[in-house]
Amino acid sequence: MTPQDIPLYEEVVNGFNRLSAADALGRESSDLRKTRQSAFERFRESGFPTIKNEDWKYTNIARWLKEEYALGGLPGGAAAGGADAKVMDENVRAAAERSRVAELDAYIVLLVNGVWQKDAGVGAVAGAIPAGVELLTVAEARQDPALSVYFERPTDGKERYFTALNTALFSDGLFIRVDASALPEKPLHIIHVFTGDRNLLVQPRHVWVVNRQAELKVIESVVTPAYAEASAGETGDGVAAGGNAKIWVNSLTEIIVHTDAKVDHTVIQTPGEGTRLVQHTTVRQKRQSLYNNYNFTFPGSDLVRNDLQIRLEEDHTETHLYGLYLAAGQQLVDNHTLVDHQKPACFSNELYKGVLLEQSTGVFNGKVYVHRDAQKTNAFQQNNNLVISKKATIDSKPELEIFADDVKCSHGSTVGQFSEEALFYLRARGIGEETAKGLLINAFAFDVTEKIKTPAVEAHVNQLINQHIPVSHA
Amino acid sequence: MLIIKNLHAGVEGKQILKGINLTVGAGEVHAIMGPNGSGKSSLASVLAGKENYDVTEGEVIFQGKNLLDMSPEVRAREGVFLAFQYPIEIPGVSNINFLKTALAEIRTYKGLPPLDAKEFLRQSKEKQKLVEFDAKLVNRSLNEGFSGGEKKRNEIFQLAMLEPALSILDETDSGLDIDALRIVSKGVNKLRSSNNAFIIITHYQRLLEYIVPDFVHVLYNGRIVKSGTKELALELEDKGYDWLKEEAHENAATI
Repeated sequence: MTPQDIPLYEEVVNGFNRLSAADALGRESSDLRKTRQSAFERFRESGFPTIKNEDWKYTNIARWLKEEYALGGLPGGAAAGGADAKVMDENVRAAAERSRVAELDAYIVLLVNGVWQKDAGVGAVAGAIPAGVELLTVAEARQDPALSVYFERPTDGKERYFTALNTALFSDGLFIRVDASALPEKPLHIIHVFTGDRNLLVQPRHVWVVNRQAELKVIESVVTPAYAEASAGETGDGVAAGGNAKIWVNSLTEIIVHTDAKVDHTVIQTPGEGTRLVQHTTVRQKRQSLYNNYNFTFPGSDLVRNDLQIRLEEDHTETHLYGLYLAAGQQLVDNHTLVDHQKPACFSNELYKGVLLEQSTGVFNGKVYVHRDAQKTNAFQQNNNLVISKKATIDSKPELEIFADDVKCSHGSTVGQFSEEALFYLRARGIGEETAKGLLINAFAFDVTEKIKTPAVEAHVNQLINQHIPVSHA
Repeated sequence: MLIIKNLHAGVEGKQILKGINLTVGAGEVHAIMGPNGSGKSSLASVLAGKENYDVTEGEVIFQGKNLLDMSPEVRAREGVFLAFQYPIEIPGVSNINFLKTALAEIRTYKGLPPLDAKEFLRQSKEKQKLVEFDAKLVNRSLNEGFSGGEKKRNEIFQLAMLEPALSILDETDSGLDIDALRIVSKGVNKLRSSNNAFIIITHYQRLLEYIVPDFVHVLYNGRIVKSGTKELALELEDKGYDWLKEEAHENAATI
């Protein structure tokens, strides 16, 4: 498929041209405009990724690119034909409410298609923004000369495909800044709702800056309205709100963790059918900083592609990455992680587990890159998969590239089925086969869920696991 | 309670049980002894419903119902309990949740309301005491990191909680030191009643000093070649199995 055959390619090229012509970028700096222009050039060269590209070898997105999408949320409202018209409605509100974590005292930030709904009334009971935390919309931040630098970082020339596309066309999202030494009294719960009454490409951009010695705890929920209806007890997975509208999310988050700062970051992805979710997160860690990421993907969304890149830019950092993906139906869930050990004496540990049901496909690609200067690196990685159905598949690929000689690195990857012996043991005590399988899936997931430090969040995730354990495994 | 008639079974085409006949009445304790490879554990597995065994001939009637038609979980709910020779470790499934789930499913099957949390806790404490099962182990992952003795005691603890009609103890004595053996036996003896029955599979006579059987059967080459009372176990202890093997071969030759 050449770029010209993809309707969305044409749509974004036209969109960018409209953007340049309409003076829609407001007070954006000339550097940011240049960044957009060069990112757009790179996207125009690369187009959308195909399976010929090493990073997309197992993830064929061609089937979803045959559909037409309108560009949502262009800067300055340059979208075609009022694609941004649909924002808050009762379904969106209900989805947001249902994403809330019971018993969790958090400050709620609701984003609909990347736009912060400050007055939506969701989470009003949560009170004021915690002291030491500053929240801005990216629509404001990108036009603020003092903050512009966070968006105009010259890229290394490798940026292409979705990240280049996001940089060229992003308009809104959430900008978080935590003051140096601030210890906010409660976590932020960012609820991302994606919705449209027609097929839409939405491209949020988020930047979090956590200053020296500060701490930030964030829970992110990614949902579509119909998912919430399904979770309320209706059968089957939901479809995107507005009937058959498809939502393609191309989200980019950059997190800067300064010296001695700590970030605890949980992502819970439960959007419904009709969603294609491409989520890129780059974390830049400075000296002695700590970053923990817990990523949970559940059945629903047709495509989930997570790129989580950890750049260890200074020494003595600590990083923990935990992931659990539960895929079902025809779903394709792809987790690409990169831990880039650039400096000495950094520690990274990664554990990703997958449960593949029905006809789902899983992809795990975990790259650990240890630069020549990164002596005394400790880097560990583990990926375990439980393939439950004969029609499900998993491609698991650990990649270690080590150029330093005084390091400790290990990796492991397993793919297995239910242990027949464990299953028989449970059944021999009167536990029905389906319940027994449910217990074993829970047990498998436990290694990851037990790592969540906030009990309310752990309970919430366990509840989602229970909700999605299927009745039939055929 | 249990009637086994001419039971033939095997794995992957290999015949292991070659015509077992055994009747177990309520209130009885039967010991099944025999040399390694005679089919003792296979008999236990077939009764519990392990799916890799094919039953080629014969029938098993449990409390008037055809046991062989039932799935493993239905057998358990009907009242068959197998204490495993090698209990499985299942990290991530807590011992107590596992028991709660099992008990709830069994009670639902019997049309009984679920036990309330308080009553469950009370029973659990009482039964833990019975087998001197460490309270700390109850909340741990199922058998994970348990010693051999702790695993076996956990089997008897589960037995006590689930109150089956027929308990099959598959080499529960193997790997137990004398103290653990005493504790396990004491637990079993307390659970014996006129309403339930036990099949005790063992290689050694030692366990039978503590749990005194009403009947002893010797299994050899897939058949019960000799049955008797507890004195038979003592005879086996003295003379070993060889004389029985010879007798069995002679019998086979004359047939």
